[in-house]
Amino acid sequence: MSREVLNARRLLCPLPVIRTQDKVKQLKAGDQLEVICTDPGVMQDIPTWCRINGHKVLETRSDDYEYIIILEVGG
Amino acid sequence: MSKQRKAVALISGGLDSMLAARTIMEQGIHVEGINFFTGFCVEGHTHAIRANDKAKPKRNNSLWVAEQLGIKLHIVDVIEEYKDVLINPKHGYGAHMNPCLDCKIFMVNKAKKWMLENDFDFIITGEVIGQRPMSQRKATMPIISAQSGADDLLLRPLCAQNLPATLPEREGWVDREKLHDITGRSRKPQIAMAEQFGFDEYSQPAGGCCFLTDASYSAKLVDLWKARDGDKQYDLDDVMLLKVGRHIRPERNFKVIVAREEGEGRFMQGYKKDFITLKCVDYPGALALVDGSPSAEDLFLSARITARYGQGRDAEQVDVSITDKDGSERIIQVKPFAAEEIPQEWFI
Repeated sequence: MSREVLNARRLLCPLPVIRTQDKVKQLKAGDQLEVICTDPGVMQDIPTWCRINGHKVLETRSDDYEYIIILEVGG
Repeated sequence: MSKQRKAVALISGGLDSMLAARTIMEQGIHVEGINFFTGFCVEGHTHAIRANDKAKPKRNNSLWVAEQLGIKLHIVDVIEEYKDVLINPKHGYGAHMNPCLDCKIFMVNKAKKWMLENDFDFIITGEVIGQRPMSQRKATMPIISAQSGADDLLLRPLCAQNLPATLPEREGWVDREKLHDITGRSRKPQIAMAEQFGFDEYSQPAGGCCFLTDASYSAKLVDLWKARDGDKQYDLDDVMLLKVGRHIRPERNFKVIVAREEGEGRFMQGYKKDFITLKCVDYPGALALVDGSPSAEDLFLSARITARYGQGRDAEQVDVSITDKDGSERIIQVKPFAAEEIPQEWFI
């Protein structure tokens, strides 16, 4: 299992989702990805994308003007 | 046992594509959605940027629709490829800078490629004959099918009964009798169908889902191209900045973009290294970016414009900071413009 970080700062919806989607394609089931964004819209969109594509959101948090989502790649 | 057929549905986030996908799912077809991001999509962008839009859901409608339908959604970044569609539309523009017919052909063509790469059988869209004046007419339906290369693998479930049978219908993968015969601009049949399917919430953007159908946005895009001596190339930051602020062009060589509210100002802060930025020092007020090659005199005028949109607009003199791209800052004193002093033709 690996854990990677994706910098999606300054990108606006849906680009953080697209970058997440593209990164997840390179990962294996069980791998974790931490996505760091500045668009608050990701707090809704990335969990939705995870639900419809079978990935699991482990954590969401906001930190000043940053929004961080940690997900686990599904099988 | 017959093969499980699979369709890829173009999902815009609006009601029609949602109903088209659901109609085909009802027939036991495996459906997955595809959505193309051109850079001009009206989505969370503006809601995310503008603090005043906090009440609106900051959601991507295509993702939301996919979740309502219970299907996967593949979002594809086509920003680069889309430039050629916008700059050289074979079928021309609509009322504004919207190349709707070329855009649809482009997207169906991309969906066809995706379909082949992913072993799907056909493509569905939410198109309705007569729904849109440029791209959704009886005459344009065969043009889209032919020029996209999708031909009879493109099925429009909402108006299929008014069109020749496609391969999925002829082969019996879907039952043509269970497809629809909607025509025209009325939304009543779609609203009735939404009720029947139990969709009580859906997005119906009045101008479609593209900024290029917006008169004000299109004017700003044309102005950008003119100011660059007709060079129509653009990058994502160009098209994003056209979505925010007041755009004021006193002269061909420079333009001032003034944030209209706090959220826009915060977003524009991200461009401090790419533009000269102006801000009132002693009064709360808007952040402004200066695009182009302004002279010292132009910057003085830009500062007067910036001061006009700050709370010191009625003061005799206001200090305005001018920050260069390298971060060096100086402060000048200006008299804010009165509202009537800014010529109307400066506003883009």
